[in-house]
Amino acid sequence: MYKVVRKECLADVVTLLEVEAAPIARKARAGQFVIVRQREDTERVPLTISDWNREAGTITIIFQHIGRSTTELSLVEPGDSLRDVVGPLGRATEVEKSGTVVCIGGGIGVAELRPIAKAMKQAGNTVISIIGARDKSLIILEAEMRASSDELFITTDNGSYGRKGFVSEVLADLLKDGRKIDVVYAIGPVPMMRVIAEQTRPHGLKTIVSLDAIMIDGTGMCGACRVTVGGQTKFTCCDGPDFDAHQVNWDELVARKKMYLPQEKEQLERFHESCAGGCGK
Amino acid sequence: MSKQLKEREEMPRQPADVRNKNFEEVALGYTPEQAIVEAKRCLQCKKKTCIEGCPVEVDIPEFIRLIGEEKFMEAAAKLKETNALPAICGRVCPQEEQCELTCVLAKRDQPIAIGRLERFAADWEAAHQNESGKCDVTDEPPPSDRIAKVAVVGSGPAGLTAAGELACKGYDVTIFEALHDPGGVLCYGIPPFRLPRTILNREIDYVKSLGVSIETNAIVGKLYTLCDLMEDGFSAIFIGTGAGLPQFLKIPGENLCGVYSANEYLTRINLMKAYKFPEYPTPINIGEKVVVIGAGNVAMDAARCSLRMGAKEVAIVYRRSRTEMPAREEEIENALEEGVVFQLLTNPVRFIGDENGFLKQMEVMRMELGEPDDSGRRRPVPIEGSNFIMDVDTAVIAVGQNPNPVVRECETDLKTTKWGGIVVDEETMATSIPGVYAGGDAVTGAATVITAMGAGKKAARAIDQYVRGKLKETK
Repeated sequence: MYKVVRKECLADVVTLLEVEAAPIARKARAGQFVIVRQREDTERVPLTISDWNREAGTITIIFQHIGRSTTELSLVEPGDSLRDVVGPLGRATEVEKSGTVVCIGGGIGVAELRPIAKAMKQAGNTVISIIGARDKSLIILEAEMRASSDELFITTDNGSYGRKGFVSEVLADLLKDGRKIDVVYAIGPVPMMRVIAEQTRPHGLKTIVSLDAIMIDGTGMCGACRVTVGGQTKFTCCDGPDFDAHQVNWDELVARKKMYLPQEKEQLERFHESCAGGCGK
Repeated sequence: MSKQLKEREEMPRQPADVRNKNFEEVALGYTPEQAIVEAKRCLQCKKKTCIEGCPVEVDIPEFIRLIGEEKFMEAAAKLKETNALPAICGRVCPQEEQCELTCVLAKRDQPIAIGRLERFAADWEAAHQNESGKCDVTDEPPPSDRIAKVAVVGSGPAGLTAAGELACKGYDVTIFEALHDPGGVLCYGIPPFRLPRTILNREIDYVKSLGVSIETNAIVGKLYTLCDLMEDGFSAIFIGTGAGLPQFLKIPGENLCGVYSANEYLTRINLMKAYKFPEYPTPINIGEKVVVIGAGNVAMDAARCSLRMGAKEVAIVYRRSRTEMPAREEEIENALEEGVVFQLLTNPVRFIGDENGFLKQMEVMRMELGEPDDSGRRRPVPIEGSNFIMDVDTAVIAVGQNPNPVVRECETDLKTTKWGGIVVDEETMATSIPGVYAGGDAVTGAATVITAMGAGKKAARAIDQYVRGKLKETK
């Protein structure tokens, strides 16, 4: 069992949990994830390791309540325990001194971007970060991102905070201004990552994205998370989650992510009925 | 031989049209009376050829003699002297290629139903254990007297066997399992209608009772490296990580929604209990028309699961003929009886999807058999111009698995073959790293439960010698 020691509500539907998992905390690196199974009768949910404390033996996960599993997970309280937490899974992000690194995070993607930006900064890079969300209330980890960045840009779709517009517009300006950029990391919703990939492609600018395919075991055993990258089938869990944005078959990824939409909807409705509006949102 | 040979006792099964709608066990097991009748068919040969066919060398005539004398508990104890998992082996071993093949009776008639008897004795013991209290393991040395610590990676058949053997030899054994439940392929792969989970858990509990602890959610290579384990005081390590890397066909459309690897399909159903959706929330998409590509035991499992999940038409699509099918005859017959259709000498060419990326059709072509290939089976050769389209909602690819990559990718000193199998010394199962041993599908690629168990047993002996040798040196 994995005890929850801290819970924070970061935004309307975004929760942070700090969980006791000393062996995982010892090994975790930027870009890796865990799979959480809250109880015996819940799904295995892949979640980014957003932070870790090797001394305290804890890891931090941050997630948006979208389906039933994440909604249920948002209801745990400090002192409660999670049935299963396995990790650290996936290949860690390749962190090297490249020069100037642009770290772009959309919505909940910032949870994963944080350790990457931090590691990039520690490796001696100049870090320019761009984080965005629909609305001010959904901007998360601003202080943490600021601490790891030489420059931080914030955008909101509705202009309620920072610059009005999308993260891609900031990147477009940086490119237009002829800023020297060596690598771009983009983590967020698929449409965002896709736009960024198309922006950097003409410049031949190395762009890495982190994909969140549907997964079960996370150890390369089942192949549910397969994606096509550069014309080859890869497993997101073992070969990723980081991939070359210019090589990803986005249409396939989008289709595969929608594979269980009806069942997900049914589960969420079932869950809301079962607690008659007394839980979740 | 003057004795009139009797036919072997049939084992009762659920009727085909009932069982293809539930996940309860198909075979129901012998009654005590049936078991005794079957046991008495055994000739009790002096030269025990049946044992030669058993990878873990069970004293077959002896346990059968005990059943014949109505000493069922003693029979179970005899089995467990050499086999920690008799209720599993009795159910999933391909006895017809092993002990029952080398049974003397097989030459002129039906061999003794060794598997069924093994299963009977193991089940009898489980059902009556508490009455007698005799079979509880009490003579294991307390932890402080343990010789040394040994780590076992993976809790499938190879790992459970190695762990059980080592515990019996006096070692402090910890199994590290990556998934949330132990059992490996016995848990995520083999469906409950072939191996009920109560039986599996009972056998795992037995291994634990020998003094083995199991740490789940522990993925070796990521959470702990082999080096970490050595530093943590483990004197030796056994790797039994199985063949958990699914093979695909590498044809167009393979990543459409609705095309599954057999591993994913079976994991969703068995491990995540998708057959109890929506009570258990892990979903699976099983349409009306399901095709399973391949003809091994895993393919039969996937096909039979599909029927139970409510599919209307389920076909096995196989590029060779019935004769070459690698599945056990028993499983092929079960599948046919339950309504699975065999589309033989047929090979997929591509999958065709709809505008949303969901599978809707599969193009296949007819094959004919040519000269035998390396495996000794006749090679399938495509018939030009024979292509046709099948309407398909769900496709399951069950054409084999390669060894799981996690450990080998994280441990660069570990020598592996081109296809990812861990290289071992066949006598000792020792790998290229001193003190590290391996066995089962991680070494051979997908094979059977019992060969993995045999390898686990062999490795346990070698590990015992290795550790004792090392202890002597340091003294």
